[in-house]
Amino acid sequence: MTGPTEFFADVNGEQCRVWEQGTGDTVGYFAGFGGLPRWTAFLERLSAAHRVVAPSLPGFPGGLGHTQLDTQLDWVLAARDLIVESDLDGAALIGSSVGGALAAEVAALWPEAVSRLVLIAPMGLYQDDDPPADPFAQRPGTHNALFCHQPENYDALMATPNDVDHNEWQVLSVRAQEAAARLLWPLGETGLRKRLSRIECPTLLLWGKEDKLLPASYAERFAEAISGPVEIATIADAGHLAEIDAPDAAAKRIAQFLAAG
Amino acid sequence: MKLMWFHLMPYTDLPEDFREKNPSVWVDIHPELFDPEKAHTMYNDFMDELEHAAEVGFDAICVNEHHANGYGLMPSPNLIASSLARRTLDTAICVMGNSLALYNPPTRVAEEMAMIDCISGGRLIAGFPVGTPMDTCFAYGRNPSQLRDRYYEAHDLVMQAWQSDEVFAFNGRFNQLRYVNVWPRPVQKPTPPVWIPGGGSIETWQWCAAQDYVYAYLSYFGFQAGRQTMHGFWSEMDKLCKDKNPFRAGFLQFVGVADSYEEAYKLYKEPAEYFYGRCLHVDPRFAMPPGYTTEATIRAKVQSQVVQAAGGALQRVGPATDFDEILERGYVIIGTPDQVAERLREVALDLNVGHLMLLLQFGNMGKDVVRHNTELFAKQVKPQIEGLFEDEWEDRWWPQPMARPQAPAQVQPMAAAE
Repeated sequence: MTGPTEFFADVNGEQCRVWEQGTGDTVGYFAGFGGLPRWTAFLERLSAAHRVVAPSLPGFPGGLGHTQLDTQLDWVLAARDLIVESDLDGAALIGSSVGGALAAEVAALWPEAVSRLVLIAPMGLYQDDDPPADPFAQRPGTHNALFCHQPENYDALMATPNDVDHNEWQVLSVRAQEAAARLLWPLGETGLRKRLSRIECPTLLLWGKEDKLLPASYAERFAEAISGPVEIATIADAGHLAEIDAPDAAAKRIAQFLAAG
Repeated sequence: MKLMWFHLMPYTDLPEDFREKNPSVWVDIHPELFDPEKAHTMYNDFMDELEHAAEVGFDAICVNEHHANGYGLMPSPNLIASSLARRTLDTAICVMGNSLALYNPPTRVAEEMAMIDCISGGRLIAGFPVGTPMDTCFAYGRNPSQLRDRYYEAHDLVMQAWQSDEVFAFNGRFNQLRYVNVWPRPVQKPTPPVWIPGGGSIETWQWCAAQDYVYAYLSYFGFQAGRQTMHGFWSEMDKLCKDKNPFRAGFLQFVGVADSYEEAYKLYKEPAEYFYGRCLHVDPRFAMPPGYTTEATIRAKVQSQVVQAAGGALQRVGPATDFDEILERGYVIIGTPDQVAERLREVALDLNVGHLMLLLQFGNMGKDVVRHNTELFAKQVKPQIEGLFEDEWEDRWWPQPMARPQAPAQVQPMAAAE
């Protein structure tokens, strides 16, 4: 891969990196836990037939400014600003995990901003009778097995590149966890449920069959609450970050959904 | 030098196989392990022990705050401190302290501490810890990414509330109050002395220096492990052009005194192994909520004692749980009064610490042994070392009681629990 082109979006006076690659219909992507420390196989596949635009949310690799965001409104507006600044307004949008919680908010509050919505195991809901695992209370070195079906897939996503200072890279990956915690602490409940009925665009809910963080029952909860037409699809041999575990299958299923639009 | 008697109030009846059968002493310790009737005895014994320490002449008695914690039964140290304020006369009462970011609104802390200061006639030391991850982020659900900013804002609010001559409005980032008016107000002016219990973070040292507060390093791992931190603290003070007044600092040390070293070994082996084996059995998954440790501290690779206790990722070796190793590593100092005095003199001089906070009760140590330890220390150790630093330096961080505090009425001690 030659790698994407890069530009920066201004959110609350801070710079957030945006990666872009491919031609065709535009689709945006908000990443999940860990963010997007490097261009991924999933985005590479997807960009074969789409113009893929991946903005970094504040605090995730490439993005700054999460410590300014104190409330859910602050986060939602930051996500909305990123969509606009990345020239994604009106395009299709994919949100995975943490990014899914915010992609859903944008689709709910600005219905014209998102033409088609893909949510890959989105956070934002907490059910007493079927609680998610606690992503923030994990023993050191065990996040990989929580986020990916094959732990080495998460390790490869987060691995320090050869030309980067290892300690600074560690700071960056801890910062990504902090940004997720800032949005989701302590339960992962953001009150999103109250707003899901405002989502009217066609929505694909994609779930890794081996998701150890967020039970598959949450797909049903999202599907019940969203007003627009909803499809649910599961990806075999994939965990919470399904597109990291199974880039081909995830990209293929998403491309199929986007093509129907 | 000030010699302060500190109680953690550990639950003393954790089962022998606690470590094997339970993931953690903290946060998700099983509710069934708590027997309220046994706790009745524990609380009353512990308060007797604190009062006894005041009677035999310790300079201060200290309490602290923990939540969902099998080795710290004081979710509200203020409850204990208010009782101690009634039952003691001259001793400083060190609340070490209230985790400011946990109180909503934080003026609650200003109010309760002002009450203790009034009841005690101005004997309060106000400790303001950020609080551990287990207490703040997990047991109390505070967002680790906001904890420090909330803490600093709460501090500003409490200090302003104690000092303002007017009712004022507070428009903070996390706290909005139209009418701040702390009634009662503290006896000590402008405020009770403020101490900051902390780990080894450079920001905390700089903040203590800027605010002119005492920095107290409450390590459970003794003077050997504490050297690096305290030397780091003093080198930072030097950089900031602060004097080397030892009363800028406090340090915690476990101590066991007896008539002979052999007797001390016999007396303190079990309680020490109980503390380091059962009480410090903390699940590493609660040690590092993302955002709790600042990026500057991560960069400095300073590891908190929490991580040490938990044997976390940065720690190659977990804490010692065998008494010989506990002694070898200096977690606990034992011996005859002369031996202990000599060691503590070395520790105080080496760490340059004017406030020594002593844990003379630890683990499941029984009331009689605590009494013995406390008395021997007060009578035979304290006189040997209490003069340290006092001629050369002024302790500007010690309570200034009102002229004639009222003596407590001669009340019958409550029937001690059997």
